[in-house]
Amino acid sequence: MKKHLLALIVLAVILFLPPFLKNYGIYMFTTWLIYVIATMGLNLTVGFAGQKSLGHAAFFGIGAYTVAIAMKAGISWWLGLPAAMALCFVIGLILGFPALRVQTIYLAFATLGFNTAVWLVMRNEEWLTGGTFGFNGIPRPEIFGYSLKDSLPYYYFVLAVAAIAIGLLWCLLRSPWGKAFQALRDNPIRAESLGIDTRNYTLLSFAIGAVFAGLAGVLFGSLVDFIEPAPFAVGASIMMYLMVVVGGAGYFWGPLLGALVGMVVPEWIRDVFPTLANWYLPIFGTVVILMMVWLPDGLMSIPDRIKAKRQAREASAARQAASVAVEAKP
Amino acid sequence: MTDFLQLVFSGLATGSIYALAALGFTLLWQAAGTINFAQGEFVMLPAFMMLGFLSFGAPLPLAFVLTALVSTVVLGWAFKKAIVDPLFKYGMMQIVVATIGLSIVLKNAMRAGYSAEAHPFPSLFTDKLFNVAGVNISTGDIGTVVCALLVVFATQAFLSKTVTGRAMQAVAQNTESASVLGINVPRMIFYTFAINAVLACVAALLVTPVYLAKFDMGDSLGTKAFFAAIIGGFNNSRGALLGGLIVGVSENLAAAYISPAYKDAVALVVFMVVILFRPQGLLGKKEERKV
Repeated sequence: MKKHLLALIVLAVILFLPPFLKNYGIYMFTTWLIYVIATMGLNLTVGFAGQKSLGHAAFFGIGAYTVAIAMKAGISWWLGLPAAMALCFVIGLILGFPALRVQTIYLAFATLGFNTAVWLVMRNEEWLTGGTFGFNGIPRPEIFGYSLKDSLPYYYFVLAVAAIAIGLLWCLLRSPWGKAFQALRDNPIRAESLGIDTRNYTLLSFAIGAVFAGLAGVLFGSLVDFIEPAPFAVGASIMMYLMVVVGGAGYFWGPLLGALVGMVVPEWIRDVFPTLANWYLPIFGTVVILMMVWLPDGLMSIPDRIKAKRQAREASAARQAASVAVEAKP
Repeated sequence: MTDFLQLVFSGLATGSIYALAALGFTLLWQAAGTINFAQGEFVMLPAFMMLGFLSFGAPLPLAFVLTALVSTVVLGWAFKKAIVDPLFKYGMMQIVVATIGLSIVLKNAMRAGYSAEAHPFPSLFTDKLFNVAGVNISTGDIGTVVCALLVVFATQAFLSKTVTGRAMQAVAQNTESASVLGINVPRMIFYTFAINAVLACVAALLVTPVYLAKFDMGDSLGTKAFFAAIIGGFNNSRGALLGGLIVGVSENLAAAYISPAYKDAVALVVFMVVILFRPQGLLGKKEERKV
């Protein structure tokens, strides 16, 4: 019951608060949703399928650049979007191949290297990507002839897209496919011997995660209307990974919290307490370290933790009562 | 041809620094199952420490010795006690995430608390150019290669020839048998962390005159050290040396003959080729998959 109430409050805030905010506030909410989409994709790869990826920001960038380049060439946003997602799917599949050979930290560094490579292309191939200057003036799309130029309509558009994307992910994870991803995470060799094609599922977990990042990247490009290589560098991928871990890897709603702590709070602090802005990252890093020691499953695991503790206490009380009862009997 | 030799030689100088950082990486992995994502920052911090001691008027060798002592305590002992020990029971990825956090903390605290600028750093060697058969070689490059190789070989000799070193290797290979044999396991693991800290100090001493002391100087160094360690073979400490030199030389050659803009991608390409065809690394032993 408490859970439903909380969900309702969050939903109400997301739906009804932005009209009362200034442009900057709406911008923050939109950024948050975009990073939620991206990190939910990463949560599929990392949290549910148990792979390691430190290259997620590359797909975020590929999405943003694909639409920007398409629109430069005069192609509509609505054609650029599926093209960006398809491209991310294909490249995601390819990135999955190293995961078939190596695991854990090797994979993390392979994906990190992939991110570096993509970033180098964005920075160096000026004819294609505009180099370090990037692209200016990426227009926002129209929907049914209705312009999304203003921040509020664009926010609701992103919200609708996010709702669809999150809904699809929810359905995917409920389906047998979703269960297969989790089997892959929990015990790959057992999953294989139960007849799950671990090869395909590993590749798909990367590809689907990449599509989410690509979608988020497309929305991001139109939001900021100026893209350059910096937000898609390795550091951004590492932040996304930390957002998933801090929110709670493998918890469906974890990215809501992760993106809030990793993206929105620092921006907000920069705005409200500019003197503290430089210290946000050191504090964030410290929190990550402390969380690994005390709360390794992320913020979303707090309710579970409390529940487990209460159950343990009740069980030990029950045991004690039972032993007292046994002793009392002669 | 002389160009080629020159590129190879200066590549060896960079590569031997990668090898130092990579050696620390592999030692930590073997002895304590720790992947240190903050390895680059472990080089950045001593660089600034040395600058600090220098600004108090200490000569460079003294500054280095003091920094090595402080680093052993901070980057060796405190790092082990505060981060690795509490997380060891959870497994590798937990430590990885924590060291990512640590890397963010060190880098950004240095930027916010001290300086975001690049600071010049005195070189150990007076810069002179030699001409050997048409190849220009600087004393800095020679000194770097010689120092780095000496340190790497000294570490190897320590590990394979002394009783303590052999005990450390025993711990790395099989912790349980080592403790049954009466080896003080926690102490041996601490020695590994201490050696890693000192190696990082040496790397800082050699690399900072070229890279300059800056809060983010460890970014590419840390990643390349890791790539070098994997290329050479993660469970073999000689591999770190080979991997470091391969990365340094191939980077230099690629920058000259292919494109300087893609220099940073070279380590990645070599790494990908190695993990696709020989995941255990060039000198590594294969490990079996277990349920």
